[in-house]
Amino acid sequence: MPAPFLELVDISKSYPGVVALDHVGLQVSPGEVVALIGENGAGKSTLMRVLGGVVEPSGGFIRVDGAARSSLTVADAIKAGIAFVHQELNLFDNLDVAGNVFIGREPVHGGPLRLIDRKRMYADVAPLLERLGCDFAADAPLADLSLAQRQLVEIMKALSLDARLVIMDEPTSSLTLAETDRLMRTVAGLKAHGVSIIFITHRLNEVMQCADRAVVLRDGRVVGALTRAELSPAAMIRLMIGRDLKSLYVPPAAPPGDSVLEIVDAVTDTYPGRAVSLSVRHGEILGLAGLVGSGRTELARAVFGIDPLRGGTIRLDGEPIRIASPRAAIEQGIYLVPEDRKGAGLLLDVSIAENISLPDLASYMRFWLVDTDRENENAVRQRERLKIRAPDVKTAVGSLSGGNQQKVVLAKWLSMRPKVLIVDEPTRGVDVGAKQEIYGMLRRLTDAGVAILMISSDMEEVIGVSDRLAVMHEGAISGFLDRSQFSEHNVLQLAVGHTITAEGP
Amino acid sequence: MSKKDLSLLVLILVVGTVVALINPRFLYVGNLSNTANQIGLFGIFSIAEAFIIIIGGIELSVGSVIALLGVLFIDLIVNHDVNWVVALAMIVAAGLVIGLVHGTLVTRMRIQAFVVTLCGLLIYRGAARYYTEDATAGFGFGASFPMLEWLAAGRTNVLGFPLPHSVVALAVVAVIAWVVLHRSVFGRYLLAVGKNEEAARYSGIRTNRVIISAYVICGGLTAFSAILIAMYTRSISPAVHGSFYELYAIAAAVLGGCSLRGGEGSIIGVVLGTVLLQVLQNLVNLLGIPSSLNFAVMGTVILVGVLGDQYLVQRRHRASAAKGREQASVAAAPLERVKVE
Ligand SMILES: Nc1ncnc2c1ncn2[C@@H]1O[C@H](COP(=O)(O)OP(=O)(O)OP(=O)(O)O)[C@@H](O)[C@H]1O
Ligand SMILES: [Mg+2]
Repeated sequence: MPAPFLELVDISKSYPGVVALDHVGLQVSPGEVVALIGENGAGKSTLMRVLGGVVEPSGGFIRVDGAARSSLTVADAIKAGIAFVHQELNLFDNLDVAGNVFIGREPVHGGPLRLIDRKRMYADVAPLLERLGCDFAADAPLADLSLAQRQLVEIMKALSLDARLVIMDEPTSSLTLAETDRLMRTVAGLKAHGVSIIFITHRLNEVMQCADRAVVLRDGRVVGALTRAELSPAAMIRLMIGRDLKSLYVPPAAPPGDSVLEIVDAVTDTYPGRAVSLSVRHGEILGLAGLVGSGRTELARAVFGIDPLRGGTIRLDGEPIRIASPRAAIEQGIYLVPEDRKGAGLLLDVSIAENISLPDLASYMRFWLVDTDRENENAVRQRERLKIRAPDVKTAVGSLSGGNQQKVVLAKWLSMRPKVLIVDEPTRGVDVGAKQEIYGMLRRLTDAGVAILMISSDMEEVIGVSDRLAVMHEGAISGFLDRSQFSEHNVLQLAVGHTITAEGP
Repeated sequence: MSKKDLSLLVLILVVGTVVALINPRFLYVGNLSNTANQIGLFGIFSIAEAFIIIIGGIELSVGSVIALLGVLFIDLIVNHDVNWVVALAMIVAAGLVIGLVHGTLVTRMRIQAFVVTLCGLLIYRGAARYYTEDATAGFGFGASFPMLEWLAAGRTNVLGFPLPHSVVALAVVAVIAWVVLHRSVFGRYLLAVGKNEEAARYSGIRTNRVIISAYVICGGLTAFSAILIAMYTRSISPAVHGSFYELYAIAAAVLGGCSLRGGEGSIIGVVLGTVLLQVLQNLVNLLGIPSSLNFAVMGTVILVGVLGDQYLVQRRHRASAAKGREQASVAAAPLERVKVE
């Protein structure tokens, strides 16, 4: 391995009440893929923000090509060849692909007029499109691209800056399996060109697939490093959470009962010609798999009353019900944990306690006023139960790490009494230990009689947690699977619209 | 009281002291009482505006509504011999209806609040002028409503200070608004909708209803203040009565810490904002500054105030970051010991 060109030495960073990084060291050599793993709030994103020049460390120094300095600015980082593909993508919806790649440094012509030289822009983007094997054009409006394609645009931006190091913070958390695969190939391609990559993920199979080594953070400290040869999920888990994990699937305590939620011929706006029928029973977790865009989220939104249902009926305990608004759904005991936690799940600059109580404020009411003592008590309880890592329940959710934010969204609904809980990507960005806790929680709910519909694009989760699976393809159910039929192969076959053949996996 | 409110209070005291030093007439009982009366009148519709700003909207028709409803009120009691209690109820009801219409247009028809209320501004002003044929509406000779006049525009001697009843009205409105916004469930909903309407909807809040309610509250309070203002001025030229009042209201709300992005606001802040604006108005009068400079002075002070506030916020950030660093070095100490071992 060539000598490292980048070194972080003794980096510390603290926020009021939190030590996010505690004397962390990290080296990066040309052309290596370093996986950075650790629990939610371990400090991974913070460390990368230090590298990207967004956050100023409170201690330690950074050595780039032998020159040490105490902190980087964004401009320094770019000059040093460090590019950041953000957890939340920083792109402009109203520009096309080339416009996004060259934002802020557009080639100009026309002398003092400084007109944008579109021809050159497109010409410069073409080879990048080629190199990453993109299936969209340089003049495609960004608004038309999928999340995975947008990520490629971010990577193109990095490459056009001659990046030597590309940092990817949970790049696969919103990608489908096929898209994840393609990203893995992109990573391998970059590596072959001598570009280094730091890859943050909670999915250990991705680490196995692409990393040369893994660095493990816990509570802001490096607790270990694994070489390619030492890499194994068990070893990573042990370092990350300091103990072993049991297998994923826990069978229900009792066989499932009658159907609670029946969706009969439901039609949504996105797929006007297609109808969905499925039913979820008392005490079971029904997994809903499928490619991103197969209409699962739209179905959930319609059942929860966000979007109108264009056809079909919904029955609860056998009775047809009409759900005109989320309020109506909640009154019936149907809850939804939305997929987009920042946009739909949380009020970011509001405290944990106020976020948790929001859907159920009426029950914290005394003479129309909010009983804040009870509100805080409940929040403290939920925080302990879900192990939400925060200084206290008055902390604004926006300052929590991604996974801990997700736990707050779950806590909103878990403090109420669900009959049917629809969870859309419940563990996006959640670490392995916390995932296990969330799965345990879902199981406890079903054992208490709740019916759970779990939408997920994480194959491990879909196969490992569900009692039964429904797979969607282009707005309709393409098949149901029982546990005995669970396999990645079968799920994928159904997800792309094939029927499953007798030969199985 | 938040730190923001506190710094606004300090600013008011500083400006007040400066004015008092330059021109002691500022502290004369008569002057203070008049200024207080202005604060009472302006404060009520500023609180009304704050409710809209907090849900992330804007209400530009406040001044025109004050003109239209003022004209109607006087017409009802003077020319149509309507009992003033009934007239008051009718006018407040009209204000509520105006709010309902605005709220419905914003939510159900999905028209931007700016557009809806800008049209309102033009329509109500036009209606007021047309209704009176551009003539001044007022109380004729002999028309007298002693009870109403005393209630709306009178003053009561409190410890030697003639306390205008508009201030009492503002105090009542402010206390109720404070409880509603900062303590009630509905207030939480208002703030939540202003912060993130989508997330509020996903939490089962009937966001449209909350938004409409905010406009209705605003309309009702504006109507109430329209009556007080009409009784104070006693004659209304519909072309100019209440013009720019929406801007006073927005300025007071912003000075008081409401964010135009929505989701943030403090009733105490809005009241203090109103106080500051009226003290400035008084300053222009008392210091012999040409009254044409009135708005310029106000604009400058608001700008300076907001800049100063920004500066303080940043300093606080830096200070807390420094505090964090100290904690970090304390926390790091045991680790070093471990390393040595
Ligand atoms: N701007 C901030 N203000 C206060 N605390 C912060 C801020 N940013 C991060 N933190 C805290 O620093 C710690 C580390 O956060 P970081 O985002 O780096 O975690 P992470 O390892 O990326 O977690 P995740 O896997 O959940 O994304 C957390 O406890 C978080 O609450
Ligand atoms: Mg992170």
